[in-house]
Amino acid sequence: MAKDAPPRWDRRMQQRLTRGEAAALGELYDRFAPLVHSQAHRMLDDEDAADLVTREVFHFVWENPGAYDPKQGSMRSWVAWLTHRRSVQRLRGTHGADGAGTGHRDALAAPADGSGADRQEADGPRTDSPDALAAPADGSGADARERELEHLVRRATVAARADYIVASMPAPLRAALELAYVQRRDYRQTAADLGVTGEEARRRLRLGLQLLATANTHPQAGSSPPGYGHTP
Amino acid sequence: MSGGTDGSGRDDRLHGERRIPAPRAPADDRAYLPAPPVVPQLSHKVLTSLLGAWALAACSAEETAAVEEHLTSCAPCADEALRLRDAVGLLHTDGSLDLDPMLRARVLESCLSRRPARIPVPSWAAPYDTETARLDALLRDIGSPEWHAPVRLKWFDGERQTGRKTTVAGVIGHLTAVDGLVSTALGLDDPLGCGDKPLSPTERTETYWSAAYRPPTRAVREPWRDQSHTLVRTVSFAGRSVSELSVPYGDFALPLTDSLLERAFECWVHAGDIADAVDYPYEPPAAAHLHRMIDLAVRLLPATLAGRRRAGLAGAARHLVTAGSPGRSLHLEVEGRGGGDWYIALDSPAAVGSPGHTVAQVALDGVEFCRLVAGHVPPVEAAAGQEGDREAISDVLFAAASLSRL
Repeated sequence: MAKDAPPRWDRRMQQRLTRGEAAALGELYDRFAPLVHSQAHRMLDDEDAADLVTREVFHFVWENPGAYDPKQGSMRSWVAWLTHRRSVQRLRGTHGADGAGTGHRDALAAPADGSGADRQEADGPRTDSPDALAAPADGSGADARERELEHLVRRATVAARADYIVASMPAPLRAALELAYVQRRDYRQTAADLGVTGEEARRRLRLGLQLLATANTHPQAGSSPPGYGHTP
Repeated sequence: MSGGTDGSGRDDRLHGERRIPAPRAPADDRAYLPAPPVVPQLSHKVLTSLLGAWALAACSAEETAAVEEHLTSCAPCADEALRLRDAVGLLHTDGSLDLDPMLRARVLESCLSRRPARIPVPSWAAPYDTETARLDALLRDIGSPEWHAPVRLKWFDGERQTGRKTTVAGVIGHLTAVDGLVSTALGLDDPLGCGDKPLSPTERTETYWSAAYRPPTRAVREPWRDQSHTLVRTVSFAGRSVSELSVPYGDFALPLTDSLLERAFECWVHAGDIADAVDYPYEPPAAAHLHRMIDLAVRLLPATLAGRRRAGLAGAARHLVTAGSPGRSLHLEVEGRGGGDWYIALDSPAAVGSPGHTVAQVALDGVEFCRLVAGHVPPVEAAAGQEGDREAISDVLFAAASLSRL
């Protein structure tokens, strides 16, 4: 399937969604659900939460197809941006409440006490509940927690941007990276597998990593995956 | 970058950690290391081109040593090396996590409850929509070589089980060619091209396979998927006006509603063949869809039974039944997912199956019944509880298997 949908597909899909065509919703899901789900999972590290974000993102697109502006980027990048926004909201909501009792810890890691409390909390549509963002009595604790949360969001954002970059880079670069990284092929074997010269394999590996490195360029908490709107 | 100046000794080339800068170790600590690789003389251009491979630990020991020596004296390259190595840390090997195939139905359903569709997918097209999406998700996850994995398609030719060898990509070609019957009936493009094309599914498949000038590859996926999306979209717009449209299959025809259900069934069965070939798990359809597939097979049974009787492959009718009247029946009790009770008229397709006229009963699992109908399990081996008229039972089980074809 084409990774970079032509703008014509995007505009037509937007029209069909606006018209209320259920078949278009199905096609939209088929094209973007793997992206949405894997990105949400990468950011939240929780299967149920990723399912929920997937549901919420498709709700939003189906109910607000007019919110997509083709001038700002591809529909794919818009959907990735929505996923990121929703995942960040969930991170803030979940860990804002969670931190009150458990102190400082890396919330991306599994709960050290094994209680799995935050896993269960992720099940409900509770992200925006006032409790989740309630400030604790101790102001300095709140600051520290806020910093920790921003760090978490920044890391998740970089990870999501990296996945998006890998998924969107030209297929020859992605194939070279997969051979070298996942299958542990050296660059000469990679070249042979791809039927290119060693020089070309070196070029692809370097270019692929250069693209990927841009995920680290602007790791502000609020920045979204590249490609839609005012992102770097 | 800092500290590059103290890394001038040859020891640093050997540092396995590839940290930048490589901490300098006393020379006498290195006695246990193997002989250092000969550092080749490489141009700046080549060294720069190696940075990606170096960051991925994908160059030779000599090249690694040359790059690392170079990094101690070239700040721009050292800077890039650091960035590229950080980028490697963003890669991960778990690949695309398996998306729960059942999530699709849940997400679409909740979307549609929030904003009802103005152009809904007709309920009779839902199994086709769901099964094609499930197969597509499986295809998305398999690698290029797996598209060439051998698949043996099996069916029951009326008297015995038979088969045909193809590949995963060949199976998708088969589905594309036969789905094309529905496309053609709806006035859409035929995947076999223009002109008069055969109507029988087998001939269409052979035509499709032989028209390919080389073995099919994963490139078959997109045309197949585009066609299935187009079919769902077209029947959504046409709605009820096309539901009774007749789809010809050569020696028989089905109304469009049944035809798409039959295509959904085939899609599931062949998805199972593909999943077996590439060693993936694959679940049966949702209960409601499975129930409709079983119901379709059951509705086709009396005519198939009559056909087998004419061909001398089934026992003679015992009674003359007036059309529309209840006649001798077999009670099919399907257990488990998609199950239910059906009464199959034995003596004539025009008769009505009736609990009051039951002469035999067969009980089996829904998925097992579908495997029988798909020709994947021979009628004599079908795991079925049986009671009553043995000839009736045998005739029905053989007729069920005879519903299968390539």
